[in-house]
Parts: sequence; C-alpha cells; structure tokens
Amino acid sequence: MSRYRVAVQVVPRRGLLDPQGKAVADALHTLGFGGVAAVHVGRHLVLDVDAADEATARRLTREMCERLLANPVTEDFEIAEVASS
Amino acid sequence: MKFGIVTFPGSNCDYDTFQAVVETLEEDAVMLWHKDHDLQGSDVVILPGGFSYGDYLRPGAIARFSPIMREVVQHADRGGPVIGICNGFQIACEAGLLPGALLRNESLKFVCAPIHLTVESSDTLFTSRYERGQQIVLPIAHGDGRYSADEETLDRLEGEGQVVFRYAPSALEAVEAYNPNGSMRDIAGIVNGAGNVLGLMPHPERAVDVLLGSADGLPLFESILQRVAV
Repeated sequence: MSRYRVAVQVVPRRGLLDPQGKAVADALHTLGFGGVAAVHVGRHLVLDVDAADEATARRLTREMCERLLANPVTEDFEIAEVASS
Repeated sequence: MKFGIVTFPGSNCDYDTFQAVVETLEEDAVMLWHKDHDLQGSDVVILPGGFSYGDYLRPGAIARFSPIMREVVQHADRGGPVIGICNGFQIACEAGLLPGALLRNESLKFVCAPIHLTVESSDTLFTSRYERGQQIVLPIAHGDGRYSADEETLDRLEGEGQVVFRYAPSALEAVEAYNPNGSMRDIAGIVNGAGNVLGLMPHPERAVDVLLGSADGLPLFESILQRVAV
C-alpha cells in the first residue's frame, strides 16, 4: 500500500453560464489584460489516497469525482496529477 | 396527517416549517434528525431550507449522504410525498430525486425578497388548491438558485407538466428583472416524473399568514391535505 497525492480539477461545464468566471474576466479586462478571452472558475482538490498502486489511486479518485466531488449535471472533472507521496 | 421535517447540521428553516404545519395547518409534525434512520411514520417528508454542511463543496452535496436520506429516498420511491424547499430543493437534486442542479445566482448576489410567481400547474399533489396561471407572491432567500439542466431535460419537464412554479414579472418591476437568479426558462419549482417529489426555491412556509406579508404558501400545504388520504 502506498500513499498518492492526487490533484483534481472540477470546472463548470463549457456552455453553461459561469457568472463567477465572467466577473473575474471583467476584472482582468479592467486591469488592462484585454487578451483574456474567457475565465472559468472551478475547484482544485488535493487528496492523499492510500492505494495498492497508481492505477488504483486513479480509479478510486475517478469514482469519488463521479459520486461526490463533481456534479455530473453541471461540472466536468479532470485528474490533473497523481504522485507518490 | 404527519409531516416529518428533517434537520441537517446547518438547516435554519426547520422550525419555520414546523410552525407552519403545526400552528397554521394544525397538523402533526415531527422533527427528524439527519443521523436517524427512521421517518417515525411521517406521511410527508420536508427537506427544509438552510445551509446544510455550510454549503461545502456544493449546496446539498454532502447532506444527500446523511443517514436519513436513505429512508427519504425509499419513501419517495414508494410514492410518498417529499417537498424540498430552497436548500431542500438543492439536496433533492443532488440526491437524484429531481433532475437538474441549482447553481450560483447569475448576479452572484444572495437575494432575499418577496417575488412573483406563476403557478404553472394545478394538477399536482402540491398545487390543487391553486388555479393554473395564478399569480402568487412568496419570499425567496438564496445565493444558489439558478435552476439548470440540459435542453432535453428542460423540454421533458415542460412537456410532462413538471414545471410547477415559474418566476413572473409583476406590474411594478421592469420585465427583464423579474427572474431573481437567472434560472433556465424562469423555473422556480418542479416535480419529478411520478409527481410525488416537489422542489422549489421560494419559501411557502414563510408565507402562511397575511401577518407574514403573504399567505400564498398556505394552499400548497392544503393541497397535500386534500390529496393525500390518511
């Protein structure tokens, strides 16, 4: 059994209205960053997972995302990184 | 008739709901703790408003895994009436009792105000005491009330008459500003396909007496009494 540090990104599904992202984009434009075409605000979760191997840690994390960490109706998730810790 | 009102950590409309049922409706009510596994013979279950689990992760996301939710889902699967009000609506969606999800208000602001609604259907367990097309006023108080679902789901809800309440313009408001949260198709409340689960963002329990500013929520509770024989 090893411990893995797993990073997960959850973002609002593309196409759905993202008022938070729009507010941040507007603020960036006000600051002069006119080249920002869009911003999406989501969540970054860091999990320490005990598992037999990396593939298992990844599979468990995927299951956690599907059941709790992301809303399947409105959000997409991505397992950004799995590292031994 | 016995109403079971679930208290989650962070619920804050549970006693308002209890008062509405016991004092105004003069029916029995029992407070149900989220860690229990017993509906104590409740005929109708109400998931009240509030901020269960501090809205951590997403409103309702953690409450849906509370022990009592297993019994609530079983009750709903048997055809038992369930009402999710505000945070309760969010919990019902997260639990899969209702389709769709409730997202951050388009304005990013918490909105607390009386709002105008149209009763879209009087042919439900919860609205038989209203007229179809009736305009009513109920209070809202939420930051995450923007009902969202994919187009196919929205079309099905409309087609099957599952959209029960919609935000509506009043004579005094600018027509473009009547929807308080940017919900799709102005949806404020829906029922499930079987018609026994209602979710709505407005608070009918806070509008059961004209002293409270509106009694337009009372017919919702009276409808259940009329339709659910005990």
